[in-house]
Amino acid sequence: MDWNLLISQLVNSIQLGLLLFLLASGLTLIFGIMDFINLSHGSFYMMGAYFCGSIVAATGSFFAGIIVGLVGIFFLGALVEWLIARQLYKENHLDHVLVTFGLILVFDALVHIIWGPSGLSIPLPDFLNGQIQLGSLVFPIYRLVIISGGLAVAGILYLLISRTRLGMLIRAGASNRDMVESLGININRLFLFVFALGAAMAGFAGMLIAPITEATIGMGNDIIIIAFVVVIVGGIGSIKGAFYVALMIGFIDTMSRSYLDDFLELLASTAAAETAAPAISAMLVYVLMAVVLAFKPTGLFPPTAGNR
Amino acid sequence: MAKPSGTRSVKVYLGMLFLLGIAPLLFQWTNQPFLLDLLSRGLIIGIAALSLNLILGYGGMISLGHVAYLGIGAYCVGIPAYYDIYDGWIHLSLAIFTCALFALITGAVSLRTKGVYFIMITMAFSQMIYFIFLSLEEYGADDGLVIYARSEFPIWMNMEGAVSLYYWIFGLLILTLFFIHRLVRSRFGRVIIGSKYNDLRMQSLGFNTYGYRLTCYVISAVICGLAGVLLGNFTSFISPEMMSWTRSGELIFMVIIGGAGSLFGPLFGALSFLFLEEALSLITIYWHLIFGGLLIALVLFGKGGIDAWLSKLDK
Repeated sequence: MDWNLLISQLVNSIQLGLLLFLLASGLTLIFGIMDFINLSHGSFYMMGAYFCGSIVAATGSFFAGIIVGLVGIFFLGALVEWLIARQLYKENHLDHVLVTFGLILVFDALVHIIWGPSGLSIPLPDFLNGQIQLGSLVFPIYRLVIISGGLAVAGILYLLISRTRLGMLIRAGASNRDMVESLGININRLFLFVFALGAAMAGFAGMLIAPITEATIGMGNDIIIIAFVVVIVGGIGSIKGAFYVALMIGFIDTMSRSYLDDFLELLASTAAAETAAPAISAMLVYVLMAVVLAFKPTGLFPPTAGNR
Repeated sequence: MAKPSGTRSVKVYLGMLFLLGIAPLLFQWTNQPFLLDLLSRGLIIGIAALSLNLILGYGGMISLGHVAYLGIGAYCVGIPAYYDIYDGWIHLSLAIFTCALFALITGAVSLRTKGVYFIMITMAFSQMIYFIFLSLEEYGADDGLVIYARSEFPIWMNMEGAVSLYYWIFGLLILTLFFIHRLVRSRFGRVIIGSKYNDLRMQSLGFNTYGYRLTCYVISAVICGLAGVLLGNFTSFISPEMMSWTRSGELIFMVIIGGAGSLFGPLFGALSFLFLEEALSLITIYWHLIFGGLLIALVLFGKGGIDAWLSKLDK
C-alpha cells in the first residue's frame, strides 16, 4: 500500500468536495428559498474564473483578482436575478430550465466574444506555487490553499446562517417561504441577496480551480451536474446536507477513480478490471443518488422537517 | 393541451407530410444533396422531440436527460457494427430492448420523485450514460466510434442510399405521429394527460398513475431509441458528445418552441431549430448568443410555440 498516494488522494478528494460544496451551497439555497432551478449556476463558476484571470493579468496580484472578482460576480449575480430570475419565480420549473439554459448559451458566447476561444491561464504568485514538506509527505501549497479557502467560506457561511438575523431569514425562507413573506419581510431583497451570494460562492470555486486547470468555455457545465447531485442527495435547501454530501461525493469519486481497478483485480482478471473500473467509477455517484432517492425521495437532510 | 384540430389544420398537416414525402424527389431534381442531408437530420431529431413531447407535453414529466436514449440507440448500431454484426433487425431489437430496460429501471426510481427532483434525476441518469460511454476505451471513449456500413435489411427496404435512408426516417416519423395521435386519444392517454393536471384526482379515481406514467416513460424512451438507430446510421460516426446534457436542453427547447402537447409542434420545433442553427452559423460564429437570447425572450414574452401561432393564423 502506497501511503503517500493514499494521503494525496485524500487531499484531492477533500479539495473536490469543498469545490462542490461552494457550488452546491448556493444552488441549494436558490432551490430551497426561491424554488428556482438555475442550470446556469455553472456559468458563474466560469465567469468567476475569467473575471479573476483578467484582473490578475491587469494588476499582477492574485489576491486583487480574487477580491475584485468576487465583487464582480456578486453584482453579476444580482443583475441576473433582477433582470431575469425575478420574473420567473412564479412560473413553472420548465420555464426556469429553458431560460437558464438560454443563459448558459449567452454566457458561453459572451466569453467566446470577450476572451476568445482558447483558455485563460491564471499565474500563481511564487509563494503559492511551491510545495510543502510534512514528514515524508509532500503537498503542493496551492492545494492546501484551496482547502483552507473552501473551509473558511464554509465556516463564514455557517456563522452567517446560524448566528445572524439575515441567516435566520434565510433558514426560515428555506423551510417556509410563504410564512416569511406574510410576516412582512422584504422578500425581494432577501432573494436578491441569496442569489448574488450563491453566484459569488460559485465564482469563488471557479477562481480557486482556474490556476490549476485554466479558465475555459463551458468549464462549469460538467461540474454543475455533480453539484446538482449533491443538492438532491443532501436535500434541497439544506446547507448542512450540501456540506456533508459534497465531501462524501468528493471522496467516493476521487477514491473510486484511483483505487477501484486495484479492488476489482481481487475479484476478476486484470484486463477485465481495467476495462470495467472507469465505467463503474463514473456511475458510482449516480447510483448513490438513485439509491438515496429510492429510500428517501427528499434527500438525506431535508430542511423542512417540521413543516408539511 | 390537446388542441382540437379543425378540418383545416388537418389539411395543413397532411399537406406538410405530403411535401416531406416528395422532398427527396424535389431535392434530387434540383440537385441539392445538402438539403436532403439537413432534412434527414431534422426529421430524426424531430422524432426524438416527438417522443420527448409524449412525456413532457402530454404527461408533464420534464425530463432533462432524454437525449441519453438517442445515444443508446445509436450505440446499439455502433457496438454491434464494431464486432461486424450488421443485421438491422438485431440493431433494432437491441435498441428497443436496451432503451426499454434502462427506461424501466431509471424511470422506476425517477418517477417516485416530483418537480425539481425529477428534472435533476433524469439529467443525472443521462449524465451517467454519458460518462460510461466516455470511459469505455474499447468503443472509442471520447474519440467516438466510426460505423463503416449501415444496418443491413432485405433489399426492398435497405437503407444504403441517402434517399432510401430518408424514407426509413420518413416512415418512422409517420408511424410515430400516428402512434402518438392514437395513444393520446386512448384511455391510456387520457390518464396520462389527467395526471399531468391533477395526479391526486386521477389516483382517487382509482388509476395507478405511477404505472401509467412509467409505461409512458418507457414507450417514449423506445421511440427515441429508434430515432437513435437512424441517427447512428445517418451520421456513421457516434461519440458520447451527442449525449451531453446540453443536448437534452436543446431537445426541450425544440419541444417548447414547437409547442408542447401538440401533435406536430415538436416536429416544427426541431426543424426550425436546425434550420435556424444552420442559417445563423453561416452568418456569425457567435450564433449561440442569438440563440440563447431568443430562448430567454421566448419564455419571457411568447407562449404556446409555433403550433399556437399557426392556429392563430388559422382563425
